[in-house]
Amino acid sequence: MHPAIQGLVTIIFGVGGCVGYFYFSNIVLDKVLFPARGVHAGRNINRANLVRPWLFLFPALAALSLYLAYPVVETLRLSLTDRKLDGAFVGFANYSQMFSEEKFWEALSNNFLWLLVVPAMSTIFGLLVAQLTDRIKWGALAKSLIFMPMAISMVGASVIWKLVYDARPEGADQIGILNAVYIFFGGDTPQTWLTMPFWNNFFLMAVLIWIQTGFAMVILSAALRGVPEETVEAAIVDGANPFQIFFKIKMPQIMTTVVVVWTTITITVLKVFDIVFAMTNGQWETQVLANYMYDKLFRASDWGVGSAAAMIIMLMVSPILVWNVRNARKEMR
Amino acid sequence: MDNIAGQKSSLTWAVHISVVVLVVLWLLPTVGLLVSSFRSADQIATTGWWKSLFPQEQNLVIRTERPDAQEFIDGVYVLEGNLFELGDAADGVVSVWGTSSREIDAYSAGETADLGDKGLLTIQANGDYRFENQSEFSGSRGQRVFMTAVSPPSFSLDNYRNVLFSNSSSSSMGKAFINTLTVSIPATIIPILIAAFAAYALAWMDFPGRALLVAFVVGLLVVPLQLALIPLLKLHLGVGIGKGYLGVWLAHTGFGLPLAIYLLRNYMVGLPKDIIENARVDGATEFQIFVKIILPLSFPALASFAIFQFLWTWNDLLVALVFLIDSSGDTTVMTRQIIELLGSKGGNWEILATAAFISITVPLIVFFAMQKYLVRGLLAGSVK
Repeated sequence: MHPAIQGLVTIIFGVGGCVGYFYFSNIVLDKVLFPARGVHAGRNINRANLVRPWLFLFPALAALSLYLAYPVVETLRLSLTDRKLDGAFVGFANYSQMFSEEKFWEALSNNFLWLLVVPAMSTIFGLLVAQLTDRIKWGALAKSLIFMPMAISMVGASVIWKLVYDARPEGADQIGILNAVYIFFGGDTPQTWLTMPFWNNFFLMAVLIWIQTGFAMVILSAALRGVPEETVEAAIVDGANPFQIFFKIKMPQIMTTVVVVWTTITITVLKVFDIVFAMTNGQWETQVLANYMYDKLFRASDWGVGSAAAMIIMLMVSPILVWNVRNARKEMR
Repeated sequence: MDNIAGQKSSLTWAVHISVVVLVVLWLLPTVGLLVSSFRSADQIATTGWWKSLFPQEQNLVIRTERPDAQEFIDGVYVLEGNLFELGDAADGVVSVWGTSSREIDAYSAGETADLGDKGLLTIQANGDYRFENQSEFSGSRGQRVFMTAVSPPSFSLDNYRNVLFSNSSSSSMGKAFINTLTVSIPATIIPILIAAFAAYALAWMDFPGRALLVAFVVGLLVVPLQLALIPLLKLHLGVGIGKGYLGVWLAHTGFGLPLAIYLLRNYMVGLPKDIIENARVDGATEFQIFVKIILPLSFPALASFAIFQFLWTWNDLLVALVFLIDSSGDTTVMTRQIIELLGSKGGNWEILATAAFISITVPLIVFFAMQKYLVRGLLAGSVK
């Protein structure tokens, strides 16, 4: 069967199955199990209403538990076992092996570098664009153009930027715009930007910053619009200059949003895989944790160490996880 | 900036200029790839894409036709034709030319060069040449001509034709395009439906443990999907789903659900309470309320999530690599195909640029057509 037809059948079965499940399970609940008539009508309605939420929730909860909650536990278990020994428990052997690998420390330190640079730069650029476009006529167009990279896949973005970083031999016409600019401003030899240890990390980060700035801009722009007009007007009346208005009046009021943007991008950074995979594949000292983990899992087939690396990513995410959950609970109350 | 009082015009100009600079900076990389995808391999490799928008002066080396094409007209042997056509080069205007690599500017267009016993060669500005001789032309190759020509910008759709419809498996994007579509459409629709029901229960039904479940969903929102790869692949292989479309649909559904439930619940909580309570009083069942009232009212949130999920599944590489693509490679998706091209044809920019642009086009159309919903979804979806 052609996959496209298979896809269509899946949509029909999937959607039909879902609707059918919800429809018939509700009918069974209302008509068969707890019919709302006879002597126990009132009691039955109450009982049906106790069960119903779980009918609505069941498929989602099952999928969430199986596809996200269970893997966390299972990965933890795998990280403590060895596949070659038939999954025997080996304690922290995988972790100690990982800690003895130079590539791991390279990945970890690069990840910290990414965590330091990408959320900061994206937020700053996002804030800058949000503020600058706030009151100009073609601001909406400018924003939509800067937002555009959000729609582009990280693989596509990698190709786009590889062309920017392209290097031709000395003397030839440069086709990568970065080298062309470099030569134009008096650079002597064209640089292969992606193979320059340490600095190449920043060239990879530029790709993610380019993508994430739009996200930061959209959220921060809405936050800036939410700043009460009166506070700004009062500051102007008191003779504040535009910079003072921005840093002393607006910034404090949007601080919580800045934190939200920062943490959201932080999570994206921790998961960054495609860009490194596509552009350098971790060579020339650009390894990051997610790509290191992929290498271990699917190239070296070492599930133990791969899972251990995944747990490190989980560990780095968990402070944000706890913080988010606490905030959500506060909001519920 | 804030033009309520004391507007400074210099500052306004500074703002406009910096926004222009930022926009150009952000657009330039993409434009570069787009322009490159319409240029031939030669053009891309010899000049920067930014130069292709202007007339190009280039030095060409082209041979006249071989002696066996000569004709005998009015007592002289003649070779005639157009050099641009012969050299397969883009049309242009010849300024100077020569027959030796040391003197490529010996003659200007329209002049006749006396090449001694080789004959008389005339080259016009449009590339037409006439080569005549009293004696017969001999040898197996034509006369080499060096010329400097200015060609207007030239673009073609050849790359797209090659990349989309070529039969060689290594560069065919056509099939990968269909595969990507096959992955992303079911993987977008199914989670929406499942999530909508769950979100309604979490928003409008009262039951013990509701707050805890919301917290559970918020927690799962940030769990990196890297953790799920091995356990789920093991699971899929264990229950016989194996690697394939079903596996990737299920995986995308699972990974997309936290955001879907979170977005939809936040939106549904904000719906007016009166409508729902009135419906309940009028005897509508929860199922009816959901289908007839909640779903239509939640359209904006549903659309936001649909865009997110579609962009994410379309652009995804990792999930497809792990759950879909087997060793046969029949189910490869576009992102994977581009990675392959990066590896095997790292220098073939015409193929790479075109392939990348084909995969980018659909998300860009979705993006520009439905930006409103995307922005709304982002605003609702970032955890506050």
